[in-house]
Amino acid sequence: MSETTDFRASVRRWLEENCPASQRQPITPGEQYWGGRNGSFPSPDAQLWFERMRDQGWVVPEWPQEYGGAGLGEQEARIIKDEMRRLRCRSPLFSLGIWMLGPALLEFGNAEQKALHLPGIAQGRARWCQGYSEPGAGSDLASLQTRADIDGDHFVINGSKIWTSQADRADWIFCLVRTDPAARKQEGISFLLIDMASPGITVRPIELISGHSEFCQTFFDNVRVPRSNLVGPLHGGWGVAKALLKHERKLMSEIGVESATRAYGAVECAKRYLPVSASGQVEDAVMRDRLARHEMQMHAIGLTQQRIIEESKARTGTGLTALVMKYCGTEEEKRRNELMVAMMGSQGLGWEGEEFSGAEIDTARGMLSTKALSIAGGSSEIQLNIIAKRALGLPGVI
Amino acid sequence: MSLVPSDEQRQLADTAREFLRECAPVAAMRELRDGRDPLGYSMDLWSRMAELGWAGITIPEQYGGLDFGFAGMGLLLQECGRTLAASPLFSTCVLGASALQLAGSDAQKEEFLPLIATGGLRLALALEESHRHDPTGAAMPAVRSATGWRLSGVKQFVADGNSAERLLVVARSSGNAGDEQGLSLFLVDAGAPGISRQKLALMDSRNAARISFSDVDVDASCLLGEEGNAWPVLQQVLDRGRAALSAEMLGGAEECFDRTVAYLKQREQFGAVIGTFQALQHRASLMFAELELLRTAVRAACDAVDTNAAMLPLLASLAKARANDGSELITNEAVQLHGGMGTTDELDIGLFLKRSRVCMQLLGDSAFHRNRYATLRGF
Repeated sequence: MSETTDFRASVRRWLEENCPASQRQPITPGEQYWGGRNGSFPSPDAQLWFERMRDQGWVVPEWPQEYGGAGLGEQEARIIKDEMRRLRCRSPLFSLGIWMLGPALLEFGNAEQKALHLPGIAQGRARWCQGYSEPGAGSDLASLQTRADIDGDHFVINGSKIWTSQADRADWIFCLVRTDPAARKQEGISFLLIDMASPGITVRPIELISGHSEFCQTFFDNVRVPRSNLVGPLHGGWGVAKALLKHERKLMSEIGVESATRAYGAVECAKRYLPVSASGQVEDAVMRDRLARHEMQMHAIGLTQQRIIEESKARTGTGLTALVMKYCGTEEEKRRNELMVAMMGSQGLGWEGEEFSGAEIDTARGMLSTKALSIAGGSSEIQLNIIAKRALGLPGVI
Repeated sequence: MSLVPSDEQRQLADTAREFLRECAPVAAMRELRDGRDPLGYSMDLWSRMAELGWAGITIPEQYGGLDFGFAGMGLLLQECGRTLAASPLFSTCVLGASALQLAGSDAQKEEFLPLIATGGLRLALALEESHRHDPTGAAMPAVRSATGWRLSGVKQFVADGNSAERLLVVARSSGNAGDEQGLSLFLVDAGAPGISRQKLALMDSRNAARISFSDVDVDASCLLGEEGNAWPVLQQVLDRGRAALSAEMLGGAEECFDRTVAYLKQREQFGAVIGTFQALQHRASLMFAELELLRTAVRAACDAVDTNAAMLPLLASLAKARANDGSELITNEAVQLHGGMGTTDELDIGLFLKRSRVCMQLLGDSAFHRNRYATLRGF
């Protein structure tokens, strides 16, 4: 117990000494560092903060040291996360490599693949994107059609992937491809790592309702990929993909909890845009009730996340609670955005221009872009299917 | 703070579940109702609960209790909720014992806590004076008399008020209804001259009462805590009550939900088990999500009584609001998904629905608790 307390104290001290004041302010999307060959730091402080964390191995505290991590246990990593949240430290690196591919490589990759790719992720040198969905394979992901035909030491890839996040700036893509068209749909899929600089790849950004283009469609035209880039067994990619999806859902279920580092919370928003009494009480009873509902939902979600962690540590519980978190977290995040726009009134509708503050425009566009949260990573409807099947044992078609 | 039960707590819950299944199944509650039992619970069950130590579970060992903590009490009530087991456990050992522990003098604790711990004294909290929960709303005057105080007025919706041997009465020694200042707590003999009790036939068939006080003389020794300054204690008592009641409601919702899912797997229509229909699966999944968040909120509130008193007000309101909304959703869905049978008295689902509606009003509905949560959070 006291060892944990000592560790927590030393983490806090280190963070206080090493995290620049500017990196302890709420972060906007433009201030995120995503790494990669084409990545640039949004500010000198962001660079300093990233480099210090990288050298400490704390960008990926749980990864082995040889791959750029600090080789820490789950509990110590959790402490670092807790303390960063408490001190409002920004994430030094935003990366699908850390959140999604890394854990899958640690589990399924061979020694050579781990040595080749993990340090690049931990050090922010390689930026990854995800190639799962296709125009004809969304919720029914296993029906994907992008082909990978074996030709000597290579796979030859043909097809296209959609919703490849920021593929236009990524160095690598991890992809699900069909290697056995004759097999049952889940059984003919393989997991491949593809260099985005390979000849035959073209990327087209997709403009979203928010006006942003975080997602692309990526086309593969006879792209040659070395067979050594296969992760896991040939035709065994579905197992890798499922493990990875679990990481994605966990990540998405934590979205709401990261609110401490968000630029602008719902309560601050209410106090700025709604009439409040001398004692600070929101006067509009209906709005106040909506705000209370939201804050209470977030409170319950946050506590439930804590319960899941405690249960896994204590090896108790049903293990089924985590199934609801992606659904609850993303639906509530959408609700928060709608609520903030509603509180801002006409000021929450601004698309651009000096008549609106940055926070107002971010809120308006944020409301639009959060619509994707309950679609990406397994839609809310898919989550409810999964709960029905796995937690309730209801017989299903899916 | 711990959001998972300890091994001892889990054992307690397992034992309670077995005991209640055996000795207080839903059928027992149905029998009490059909026989129009004046008590609304079985004294035999109550003494067996006391023998198991339940009545003294939160009471310190020096007063004959188990000092097991409030989280354990929450687990017991959760199990009681699953079988609709009626007993004075909540009114006596949550509300009554808490008030004595928090406000009682040493002499009062020595006199009453050992009795409570053995099941030998039943209490009830007489707080409300209107049909809506209003913790500071007491107007009942407590007028000084030669030997102590004199109480007059009417208390509504007193849970287990018809069978309690002593009443914890919230009365006003100064100020006006709505003021936090001026409230006093008295522990009054329920048989005192001037007290008349009217059992309320509520839909849950328990024994809530409306109690009239007509110039009831209360001895000076009956004052619990400081005169005019009961609010800080009362608030804590109510928050413990809210946490505990939420636990009971969670148990009821869990049982209703489990029965509904079992029914979805068994009932056939259109040549298929209805649980294969996605429209129904999603409704079941949404209930499951609601239950998971409710489990957390209940655990956090009960645990806060033991480990984090400062967070209790916020967590108690979080738990009670969720328990209210979750119970409403799940009992309603349970009726709907059971179809026509869900609306019959033959099926137990309706009994769960009726109990939940009473619990939803006790100690604050959701609007009350959202309002309170907002106030506590400063918006």
